Amino acid sequence: MDTIVEGVKKAVLMLVTLDADIYRITLFTLKVSGIATLISLAISLPVAFFIALKDFPGKKILISLANLGMGLPPTVVGLWVCLLLWRSGPLGRLRLIYTPTAIVIAQTVIATPVIMALVTAALQQVDKKLRWHIMALGATPLQMLFLMVREARYSILAAVIAGFGAVISEVGASMMVGGNIAGYTRVLTTAIVLETSKGNFEDALALSFILLLMAYLGTLALTYLQQRRHKDEYGN
Amino acid sequence: MNTVIEGKDINVKSRERVLLDVKRIGLNKGEIFAVIGPNGAGKSTLLRVMALLQVPQRGEIYFKGEKVARKDRVRIRRKMAVVFQEPLFLNATVLENITLGLKIRGVNQRVAMEKAEYWLERFKAEKLSNRWARSLSGGEAQRVSLARAFALEPEVLFLDEPFSNLDVFIRESLIADFFEALKTTGITTLFITHDLEEVLLFANRVMVLMGGKVVQEGTPLELVENPLTDELKRFIQAWERSKAKMLHLL
Repeated sequence: MDTIVEGVKKAVLMLVTLDADIYRITLFTLKVSGIATLISLAISLPVAFFIALKDFPGKKILISLANLGMGLPPTVVGLWVCLLLWRSGPLGRLRLIYTPTAIVIAQTVIATPVIMALVTAALQQVDKKLRWHIMALGATPLQMLFLMVREARYSILAAVIAGFGAVISEVGASMMVGGNIAGYTRVLTTAIVLETSKGNFEDALALSFILLLMAYLGTLALTYLQQRRHKDEYGN
Repeated sequence: MNTVIEGKDINVKSRERVLLDVKRIGLNKGEIFAVIGPNGAGKSTLLRVMALLQVPQRGEIYFKGEKVARKDRVRIRRKMAVVFQEPLFLNATVLENITLGLKIRGVNQRVAMEKAEYWLERFKAEKLSNRWARSLSGGEAQRVSLARAFALEPEVLFLDEPFSNLDVFIRESLIADFFEALKTTGITTLFITHDLEEVLLFANRVMVLMGGKVVQEGTPLELVENPLTDELKRFIQAWERSKAKMLHLL
Protein backbone atom coordinates (compact mmCIF):
# COMPACT_ATOMS: atom_id res chain seq x y z
CA MET A 1 0.00 0.00 0.00
CA ASP A 2 2.88 2.36 0.91
CA THR A 3 4.44 1.69 -2.47
CA ILE A 4 1.24 2.74 -4.26
CA VAL A 5 0.90 5.93 -2.19
CA GLU A 6 4.56 6.77 -2.76
CA GLY A 7 4.08 6.05 -6.47
CA VAL A 8 1.14 8.48 -6.70
CA LYS A 9 3.10 11.14 -4.78
CA LYS A 10 6.11 10.70 -7.03
CA ALA A 11 3.95 10.89 -10.19
CA VAL A 12 2.42 14.17 -9.03
CA LEU A 13 5.87 15.49 -8.06
CA MET A 14 7.35 14.51 -11.43
CA LEU A 15 4.53 16.25 -13.29
CA VAL A 16 4.49 19.35 -11.08
CA THR A 17 8.28 19.82 -11.04
CA LEU A 18 8.41 19.32 -14.81
CA ASP A 19 10.86 16.41 -14.55
CA ALA A 20 12.84 16.65 -17.78
CA ASP A 21 13.23 12.90 -18.33
CA ILE A 22 9.55 12.26 -17.73
CA TYR A 23 8.45 15.01 -20.10
CA ARG A 24 10.88 13.80 -22.77
CA ILE A 25 9.71 10.18 -22.48
CA THR A 26 6.04 11.22 -22.36
CA LEU A 27 6.34 13.49 -25.38
CA PHE A 28 8.35 10.89 -27.29
CA THR A 29 5.72 8.24 -26.46
CA LEU A 30 2.93 10.52 -27.66
CA LYS A 31 4.91 11.36 -30.80
CA VAL A 32 5.70 7.79 -31.94
CA SER A 33 2.27 6.41 -30.99
CA GLY A 34 0.54 9.44 -32.54
CA ILE A 35 2.46 9.12 -35.82
CA ALA A 36 1.84 5.35 -35.94
CA THR A 37 -1.89 5.93 -35.33
CA LEU A 38 -2.10 8.58 -38.05
CA ILE A 39 -0.27 6.35 -40.57
CA SER A 40 -2.62 3.48 -39.65
CA LEU A 41 -5.62 5.75 -40.18
CA ALA A 42 -4.29 6.90 -43.56
CA ILE A 43 -3.87 3.24 -44.62
CA SER A 44 -7.17 2.11 -43.11
CA LEU A 45 -9.54 4.79 -44.47
CA PRO A 46 -9.30 4.06 -48.22
CA VAL A 47 -9.12 0.28 -47.65
CA ALA A 48 -12.09 0.34 -45.25
CA PHE A 49 -14.02 2.56 -47.70
CA PHE A 50 -13.37 0.04 -50.48
CA ILE A 51 -14.30 -2.95 -48.29
CA ALA A 52 -17.45 -1.23 -46.99
CA LEU A 53 -18.78 -0.10 -50.37
CA LYS A 54 -17.69 -2.71 -52.87
CA ASP A 55 -18.63 -6.32 -53.26
CA PHE A 56 -15.73 -8.50 -54.34
CA PRO A 57 -14.64 -12.13 -53.92
CA GLY A 58 -12.81 -12.69 -50.63
CA LYS A 59 -14.38 -9.66 -48.91
CA LYS A 60 -15.45 -11.67 -45.86
CA ILE A 61 -12.01 -13.28 -45.62
CA LEU A 62 -10.36 -9.83 -45.69
CA ILE A 63 -12.68 -8.54 -42.94
CA SER A 64 -12.05 -11.66 -40.83
CA LEU A 65 -8.26 -11.17 -41.26
CA ALA A 66 -8.58 -7.56 -40.05
CA ASN A 67 -10.66 -8.77 -37.11
CA LEU A 68 -8.04 -11.41 -36.37
CA GLY A 69 -5.34 -8.74 -36.55
CA MET A 70 -7.08 -6.81 -33.78
CA GLY A 71 -5.68 -9.38 -31.38
CA LEU A 72 -2.20 -9.48 -32.91
CA PRO A 73 0.30 -9.99 -30.04
CA PRO A 74 2.80 -7.07 -29.97
CA THR A 75 5.71 -9.45 -29.30
CA VAL A 76 4.88 -11.35 -32.50
CA VAL A 77 4.81 -8.05 -34.43
CA GLY A 78 8.07 -7.08 -32.73
CA LEU A 79 9.66 -10.34 -33.85
CA TRP A 80 8.52 -9.94 -37.49
CA VAL A 81 9.63 -6.33 -37.69
CA CYS A 82 12.96 -7.26 -36.06
CA LEU A 83 13.53 -9.97 -38.64
CA LEU A 84 12.79 -7.48 -41.41
CA LEU A 85 14.91 -4.65 -40.02
CA TRP A 86 17.90 -6.49 -38.56
CA ARG A 87 21.17 -5.64 -40.28
CA SER A 88 21.14 -9.05 -41.99
CA GLY A 89 17.38 -8.83 -42.76
CA PRO A 90 15.73 -7.89 -46.08
CA LEU A 91 15.46 -4.21 -45.05
CA GLY A 92 18.71 -4.17 -43.04
CA ARG A 93 20.37 -1.73 -45.44
CA LEU A 94 17.95 0.97 -44.25
CA ARG A 95 19.59 0.78 -40.77
CA LEU A 96 16.28 1.30 -38.98
CA ILE A 97 16.55 -1.24 -36.16
CA TYR A 98 16.72 0.37 -32.68
CA THR A 99 15.49 3.71 -34.01
CA PRO A 100 12.24 5.62 -33.36
CA THR A 101 11.22 4.82 -36.97
CA ALA A 102 11.37 1.10 -36.14
CA ILE A 103 8.96 1.65 -33.24
CA VAL A 104 6.62 3.62 -35.52
CA ILE A 105 6.70 0.77 -38.08
CA ALA A 106 5.94 -1.88 -35.45
CA GLN A 107 3.18 0.19 -33.85
CA THR A 108 1.65 0.90 -37.29
CA VAL A 109 1.45 -2.86 -37.88
CA ILE A 110 -0.30 -3.26 -34.52
CA ALA A 111 -2.74 -0.35 -34.92
CA THR A 112 -3.71 -0.84 -38.58
CA PRO A 113 -5.91 -3.96 -38.17
CA VAL A 114 -7.63 -2.43 -35.13
CA ILE A 115 -8.44 0.83 -36.91
CA MET A 116 -9.24 -0.86 -40.23
CA ALA A 117 -11.71 -3.36 -38.72
CA LEU A 118 -13.48 -0.70 -36.65
CA VAL A 119 -13.57 1.90 -39.46
CA THR A 120 -14.94 -0.73 -41.88
CA ALA A 121 -17.72 -1.53 -39.40
CA ALA A 122 -18.39 2.21 -38.90
CA LEU A 123 -18.66 2.87 -42.65
CA GLN A 124 -20.81 -0.23 -43.20
CA GLN A 125 -23.23 1.12 -40.62
CA VAL A 126 -23.87 4.26 -42.67
CA ASP A 127 -27.32 3.68 -44.20
CA LYS A 128 -27.07 2.36 -47.77
CA LYS A 129 -29.90 4.71 -48.77
CA LEU A 130 -27.87 7.64 -47.45
CA ARG A 131 -25.06 6.59 -49.78
CA TRP A 132 -27.52 6.84 -52.68
CA HIS A 133 -28.48 10.30 -51.45
CA ILE A 134 -24.84 11.40 -51.45
CA MET A 135 -24.30 9.93 -54.92
CA ALA A 136 -27.48 11.60 -56.16
CA LEU A 137 -26.17 14.96 -54.97
CA GLY A 138 -23.37 14.48 -57.50
CA ALA A 139 -20.50 13.55 -55.20
CA THR A 140 -17.24 12.25 -56.68
CA PRO A 141 -15.78 9.11 -55.01
CA LEU A 142 -13.45 11.36 -52.96
CA GLN A 143 -16.34 13.59 -51.83
CA MET A 144 -18.28 10.42 -51.02
CA LEU A 145 -15.40 9.19 -48.83
CA PHE A 146 -15.20 12.57 -47.10
CA LEU A 147 -18.96 12.72 -46.43
CA MET A 148 -19.14 9.13 -45.22
CA VAL A 149 -16.20 9.72 -42.88
CA ARG A 150 -17.97 12.87 -41.64
CA GLU A 151 -21.13 10.84 -41.14
CA ALA A 152 -19.34 8.09 -39.20
CA ARG A 153 -16.93 10.49 -37.50
CA TYR A 154 -17.76 9.54 -33.92
CA SER A 155 -17.33 5.82 -34.56
CA ILE A 156 -14.13 6.54 -36.50
CA LEU A 157 -12.88 8.65 -33.61
CA ALA A 158 -13.55 5.69 -31.31
CA ALA A 159 -11.56 3.49 -33.73
CA VAL A 160 -8.65 5.95 -33.60
CA ILE A 161 -8.73 5.99 -29.79
CA ALA A 162 -8.79 2.17 -29.75
CA GLY A 163 -5.80 2.04 -32.14
CA PHE A 164 -3.92 4.68 -30.19
CA GLY A 165 -4.72 2.86 -26.94
CA ALA A 166 -3.40 -0.40 -28.39
CA VAL A 167 -0.02 1.10 -29.38
CA ILE A 168 0.58 3.42 -26.45
CA SER A 169 0.06 0.55 -24.05
CA GLU A 170 2.11 -2.08 -25.88
CA VAL A 171 5.58 -2.91 -24.66
CA GLY A 172 6.81 -6.02 -26.49
CA ALA A 173 7.26 -4.57 -29.96
CA SER A 174 8.73 -1.25 -28.77
CA MET A 175 11.23 -3.10 -26.61
CA MET A 176 12.26 -5.52 -29.37
CA VAL A 177 12.60 -3.08 -32.29
CA GLY A 178 13.51 0.06 -30.32
CA GLY A 179 15.89 -1.44 -27.81
CA ASN A 180 14.75 0.87 -24.95
CA ILE A 181 17.72 3.22 -25.46
CA ALA A 182 17.67 6.06 -22.92
CA GLY A 183 16.94 9.42 -24.50
CA TYR A 184 16.47 7.85 -27.94
CA THR A 185 13.94 5.01 -28.11
CA ARG A 186 12.64 4.78 -24.55
CA VAL A 187 8.86 5.04 -24.27
CA LEU A 188 6.67 5.00 -21.15
CA THR A 189 5.92 1.27 -21.26
CA THR A 190 9.53 0.20 -21.79
CA ALA A 191 10.61 2.64 -19.04
CA ILE A 192 8.07 0.99 -16.68
CA VAL A 193 9.50 -2.46 -17.50
CA LEU A 194 13.03 -1.18 -16.88
CA GLU A 195 12.22 0.51 -13.56
CA THR A 196 10.32 -2.59 -12.37
CA SER A 197 13.23 -4.87 -13.29
CA LYS A 198 15.56 -2.55 -11.33
CA GLY A 199 13.25 -2.74 -8.30
CA ASN A 200 12.29 0.96 -8.54
CA PHE A 201 8.60 0.27 -8.01
CA GLU A 202 7.75 3.84 -7.06
CA ASP A 203 9.22 5.20 -10.31
CA ALA A 204 7.49 2.44 -12.28
CA LEU A 205 4.18 3.25 -10.59
CA ALA A 206 4.65 6.97 -11.20
CA LEU A 207 5.17 6.27 -14.92
CA SER A 208 2.15 3.96 -14.97
CA PHE A 209 -0.03 6.72 -13.51
CA ILE A 210 1.17 9.12 -16.19
CA LEU A 211 0.31 6.51 -18.85
CA LEU A 212 -3.14 6.04 -17.31
CA LEU A 213 -3.66 9.79 -17.16
CA MET A 214 -2.93 10.08 -20.89
CA ALA A 215 -5.34 7.24 -21.67
CA TYR A 216 -8.01 8.93 -19.56
CA LEU A 217 -7.53 12.31 -21.24
CA GLY A 218 -8.08 10.63 -24.62
CA THR A 219 -11.29 8.99 -23.41
CA LEU A 220 -12.46 12.24 -21.85
CA ALA A 221 -12.00 14.10 -25.15
CA LEU A 222 -14.02 11.41 -26.97
CA THR A 223 -16.79 11.53 -24.38
CA TYR A 224 -17.02 15.33 -24.72
CA LEU A 225 -17.34 15.02 -28.50
CA GLN A 226 -20.05 12.36 -28.19
CA GLN A 227 -22.00 14.42 -25.70
CA ARG A 228 -21.74 17.47 -27.96
CA ARG A 229 -23.28 15.43 -30.79
CA HIS A 230 -26.16 14.45 -28.52
CA LYS A 231 -26.75 18.09 -27.71
CA ASP A 232 -26.55 19.09 -31.39
CA GLU A 233 -29.07 16.48 -32.49
CA TYR A 234 -31.58 16.60 -29.72
CA GLY A 235 -31.01 20.10 -28.36
CA ASN A 236 -30.78 19.07 -24.70
CA MET B 1 -35.89 14.60 -80.85
CA ASN B 2 -36.35 16.34 -77.53
CA THR B 3 -35.74 13.25 -75.39
CA VAL B 4 -33.77 14.32 -72.33
CA ILE B 5 -33.08 10.95 -70.77
CA GLU B 6 -33.56 7.51 -72.21
CA GLY B 7 -32.94 3.96 -71.03
CA LYS B 8 -32.53 1.16 -73.55
CA ASP B 9 -32.70 -2.58 -73.01
CA ILE B 10 -32.36 -2.33 -69.23
CA ASN B 11 -32.00 -5.60 -67.39
CA VAL B 12 -31.37 -5.97 -63.65
CA LYS B 13 -30.97 -9.35 -61.99
CA SER B 14 -30.46 -10.48 -58.43
CA ARG B 15 -29.22 -14.06 -58.06
CA GLU B 16 -30.59 -15.00 -61.48
CA ARG B 17 -34.03 -13.55 -60.64
CA VAL B 18 -34.98 -10.83 -63.14
CA LEU B 19 -35.98 -7.68 -61.23
CA LEU B 20 -36.26 -5.41 -64.23
CA ASP B 21 -36.54 -5.96 -67.97
CA VAL B 22 -37.41 -2.74 -69.81
CA LYS B 23 -36.82 -2.41 -73.55
CA ARG B 24 -37.11 1.38 -73.64
CA ILE B 25 -38.06 4.28 -71.42
CA GLY B 26 -37.68 7.87 -72.57
CA LEU B 27 -38.57 11.23 -71.04
CA ASN B 28 -39.24 14.20 -73.30
CA LYS B 29 -38.23 17.70 -72.25
CA GLY B 30 -40.59 19.21 -69.67
CA GLU B 31 -42.87 16.20 -69.34
CA ILE B 32 -43.93 14.49 -66.14
CA PHE B 33 -43.55 10.80 -66.70
CA ALA B 34 -45.09 8.50 -64.10
CA VAL B 35 -44.16 4.90 -63.46
CA ILE B 36 -46.85 3.02 -61.61
CA GLY B 37 -47.13 -0.52 -60.36
CA PRO B 38 -47.69 -2.62 -57.25
CA ASN B 39 -45.03 -3.16 -54.57
CA GLY B 40 -42.12 -5.22 -55.87
CA ALA B 41 -42.76 -4.27 -59.51
CA GLY B 42 -39.23 -2.89 -59.92
CA LYS B 43 -40.19 0.81 -59.90
CA SER B 44 -37.50 1.98 -57.47
CA THR B 45 -34.87 -0.15 -59.22
CA LEU B 46 -35.82 1.53 -62.52
CA LEU B 47 -35.50 4.96 -60.89
CA ARG B 48 -32.04 4.13 -59.49
CA VAL B 49 -30.86 2.88 -62.88
CA MET B 50 -32.20 5.96 -64.69
CA ALA B 51 -30.72 8.29 -62.03
CA LEU B 52 -27.33 6.56 -62.54
CA LEU B 53 -27.25 5.30 -58.96
CA GLN B 54 -27.27 1.64 -59.92
CA VAL B 55 -25.51 -0.05 -62.82
CA PRO B 56 -27.77 -2.56 -64.58
CA GLN B 57 -26.48 -5.96 -65.65
CA ARG B 58 -27.40 -4.97 -69.21
CA GLY B 59 -28.55 -1.81 -70.92
CA GLU B 60 -27.52 1.77 -71.50
CA ILE B 61 -28.65 5.22 -70.39
CA TYR B 62 -28.60 8.12 -72.84
CA PHE B 63 -28.63 11.74 -71.71
CA LYS B 64 -29.68 14.17 -74.46
CA GLY B 65 -28.73 11.53 -76.99
CA GLU B 66 -25.27 10.95 -75.51
CA LYS B 67 -24.55 7.48 -74.18
CA VAL B 68 -23.54 7.81 -70.51
CA ALA B 69 -20.15 6.17 -70.10
CA ARG B 70 -18.82 5.14 -66.69
CA LYS B 71 -16.48 8.15 -66.55
CA ASP B 72 -19.38 10.55 -67.25
CA ARG B 73 -21.72 9.31 -64.53
CA VAL B 74 -20.80 11.94 -61.89
CA ARG B 75 -20.97 14.76 -64.45
CA ILE B 76 -24.44 13.69 -65.64
CA ARG B 77 -25.65 13.00 -62.09
CA ARG B 78 -24.95 16.67 -61.37
CA LYS B 79 -27.67 17.57 -63.87
CA MET B 80 -30.22 15.55 -61.91
CA ALA B 81 -31.86 15.45 -58.50
CA VAL B 82 -33.57 12.64 -56.63
CA VAL B 83 -36.23 12.70 -53.91
CA PHE B 84 -36.55 9.38 -52.16
CA GLN B 85 -39.56 7.93 -50.38
CA GLU B 86 -37.68 8.14 -47.09
CA PRO B 87 -36.08 11.58 -46.75
CA LEU B 88 -32.57 10.98 -45.46
CA PHE B 89 -30.20 13.66 -44.30
CA LEU B 90 -26.62 14.03 -43.28
CA ASN B 91 -25.86 14.64 -39.63
CA ALA B 92 -26.15 18.45 -39.98
CA THR B 93 -28.66 21.31 -40.03
CA VAL B 94 -31.39 21.71 -42.68
CA LEU B 95 -29.56 24.60 -44.36
CA GLU B 96 -26.26 22.67 -44.45
CA ASN B 97 -28.05 19.69 -45.97
CA ILE B 98 -29.56 21.82 -48.74
CA THR B 99 -26.41 23.77 -49.55
CA LEU B 100 -24.24 20.65 -49.53
CA GLY B 101 -25.46 19.38 -52.91
CA LEU B 102 -24.96 22.83 -54.43
CA LYS B 103 -21.45 23.11 -53.03
CA ILE B 104 -20.63 19.62 -54.35
CA ARG B 105 -21.72 20.93 -57.76
CA GLY B 106 -19.34 23.88 -57.48
CA VAL B 107 -21.83 26.62 -56.48
CA ASN B 108 -20.27 29.18 -54.12
CA GLN B 109 -21.47 29.51 -50.53
CA ARG B 110 -23.38 32.80 -50.97
CA VAL B 111 -25.34 31.65 -54.02
CA ALA B 112 -25.96 28.25 -52.40
CA MET B 113 -27.43 29.96 -49.31
CA GLU B 114 -29.65 32.19 -51.45
CA LYS B 115 -31.01 29.24 -53.44
CA ALA B 116 -31.52 27.15 -50.27
CA GLU B 117 -33.42 29.95 -48.53
CA TYR B 118 -35.53 30.64 -51.64
CA TRP B 119 -36.62 27.01 -52.01
CA LEU B 120 -37.20 26.51 -48.29
CA GLU B 121 -39.59 29.45 -48.49
CA ARG B 122 -41.31 28.05 -51.59
CA PHE B 123 -41.95 24.84 -49.65
CA LYS B 124 -43.01 26.76 -46.51
CA ALA B 125 -40.07 25.37 -44.55
CA GLU B 126 -38.04 28.55 -43.97
CA LYS B 127 -38.49 28.27 -40.19
CA LEU B 128 -36.76 24.91 -40.24
CA SER B 129 -33.47 26.15 -41.73
CA ASN B 130 -31.45 26.01 -38.50
CA ARG B 131 -33.07 22.85 -37.14
CA TRP B 132 -31.05 19.62 -36.96
CA ALA B 133 -32.25 17.77 -40.09
CA ARG B 134 -32.65 14.43 -38.35
CA SER B 135 -34.99 15.89 -35.75
CA LEU B 136 -37.68 16.82 -38.33
CA SER B 137 -41.07 15.15 -38.51
CA GLY B 138 -41.99 13.09 -41.59
CA GLY B 139 -43.87 15.94 -43.29
CA GLU B 140 -41.21 18.55 -42.48
CA ALA B 141 -38.47 16.23 -43.70
CA GLN B 142 -40.20 15.66 -47.04
CA ARG B 143 -40.72 19.43 -47.49
CA VAL B 144 -36.98 19.94 -46.93
CA SER B 145 -36.16 17.01 -49.19
CA LEU B 146 -38.19 18.55 -52.04
CA ALA B 147 -36.66 22.00 -51.41
CA ARG B 148 -33.20 20.39 -51.56
CA ALA B 149 -33.98 18.77 -54.92
CA PHE B 150 -35.43 21.94 -56.50
CA ALA B 151 -32.54 24.06 -55.14
CA LEU B 152 -30.20 21.98 -57.28
CA GLU B 153 -32.07 23.29 -60.37
CA PRO B 154 -31.82 19.91 -62.09
CA GLU B 155 -32.59 19.18 -65.72
CA VAL B 156 -34.23 15.93 -64.65
CA LEU B 157 -36.01 15.32 -61.36
CA PHE B 158 -36.57 11.81 -60.02
CA LEU B 159 -39.20 11.20 -57.36
CA ASP B 160 -39.65 7.88 -55.62
CA GLU B 161 -43.09 7.90 -53.97
CA PRO B 162 -42.37 11.10 -52.03
CA PHE B 163 -45.89 11.43 -50.62
CA SER B 164 -46.63 7.84 -49.70
CA ASN B 165 -45.58 8.02 -46.02
CA LEU B 166 -47.43 11.24 -45.19
CA ASP B 167 -50.79 11.77 -43.54
CA VAL B 168 -53.62 13.12 -45.68
CA PHE B 169 -53.47 16.78 -44.55
CA ILE B 170 -49.71 17.21 -44.95
CA ARG B 171 -49.86 15.27 -48.20
CA GLU B 172 -52.48 17.54 -49.72
CA SER B 173 -50.64 20.75 -48.87
CA LEU B 174 -47.25 19.39 -49.94
CA ILE B 175 -48.65 18.11 -53.25
CA ALA B 176 -50.02 21.60 -53.94
CA ASP B 177 -46.62 23.24 -53.27
CA PHE B 178 -44.85 20.58 -55.29
CA PHE B 179 -47.20 20.91 -58.26
CA GLU B 180 -46.77 24.68 -58.22
CA ALA B 181 -42.97 24.28 -58.20
CA LEU B 182 -43.13 21.81 -61.09
CA LYS B 183 -45.37 24.11 -63.11
CA THR B 184 -43.12 27.15 -62.70
CA THR B 185 -39.83 25.34 -63.34
CA GLY B 186 -40.96 22.96 -66.08
CA ILE B 187 -38.40 20.37 -64.99
CA THR B 188 -38.50 17.02 -66.78
CA THR B 189 -39.70 14.59 -64.11
CA LEU B 190 -39.76 10.84 -63.57
CA PHE B 191 -42.33 10.12 -60.93
CA ILE B 192 -42.62 6.72 -59.22
CA THR B 193 -45.85 5.92 -57.44
CA HIS B 194 -48.31 3.16 -56.65
CA ASP B 195 -51.16 5.64 -56.35
CA LEU B 196 -53.25 6.09 -59.50
CA GLU B 197 -54.62 9.36 -58.14
CA GLU B 198 -51.14 10.93 -58.25
CA VAL B 199 -50.75 9.77 -61.84
CA LEU B 200 -54.04 11.35 -62.87
CA LEU B 201 -53.08 14.51 -61.01
CA PHE B 202 -49.57 15.08 -62.37
CA ALA B 203 -48.52 12.90 -65.24
CA ASN B 204 -48.44 13.63 -68.97
CA ARG B 205 -47.51 10.04 -69.66
CA VAL B 206 -47.50 6.87 -67.63
CA MET B 207 -45.77 3.51 -67.78
CA VAL B 208 -47.17 0.51 -65.90
CA LEU B 209 -44.61 -1.86 -64.46
CA MET B 210 -45.50 -5.31 -63.18
CA GLY B 211 -43.03 -8.03 -62.26
CA GLY B 212 -40.23 -5.91 -63.72
CA LYS B 213 -41.85 -5.69 -67.15
CA VAL B 214 -43.69 -2.89 -68.93
CA VAL B 215 -47.35 -3.79 -69.21
CA GLN B 216 -48.65 -0.60 -70.80
CA GLU B 217 -47.54 2.90 -71.70
CA GLY B 218 -49.64 5.90 -72.69
CA THR B 219 -51.55 8.84 -71.27
CA PRO B 220 -53.15 8.45 -67.82
CA LEU B 221 -56.60 8.59 -69.42
CA GLU B 222 -55.77 5.79 -71.89
CA LEU B 223 -54.58 3.70 -68.98
CA VAL B 224 -57.77 4.11 -66.95
CA GLU B 225 -60.14 3.82 -69.89
CA ASN B 226 -58.42 1.03 -71.72
CA PRO B 227 -56.21 -1.18 -69.54
CA LEU B 228 -54.57 -3.73 -71.82
CA THR B 229 -54.20 -6.73 -69.52
CA ASP B 230 -56.43 -8.49 -67.01
CA GLU B 231 -53.83 -7.93 -64.29
CA LEU B 232 -53.91 -4.20 -64.96
CA LYS B 233 -57.73 -4.18 -64.97
CA ARG B 234 -57.65 -5.85 -61.55
CA PHE B 235 -55.05 -3.29 -60.33
CA ILE B 236 -57.27 -0.39 -61.44
CA GLN B 237 -60.42 -2.03 -60.03
CA ALA B 238 -58.65 -2.56 -56.68
CA TRP B 239 -57.68 1.12 -56.63
CA GLU B 240 -61.25 2.20 -57.48
CA ARG B 241 -62.64 -0.07 -54.74
CA SER B 242 -60.26 1.37 -52.13
CA LYS B 243 -61.20 4.92 -53.18
CA ALA B 244 -64.91 4.09 -53.00
CA LYS B 245 -64.40 2.55 -49.59
CA MET B 246 -62.62 5.67 -48.38
CA LEU B 247 -65.39 7.91 -49.73
CA HIS B 248 -67.95 5.69 -48.01
CA LEU B 249 -66.07 6.00 -44.72
CA LEU B 250 -65.96 9.77 -45.04
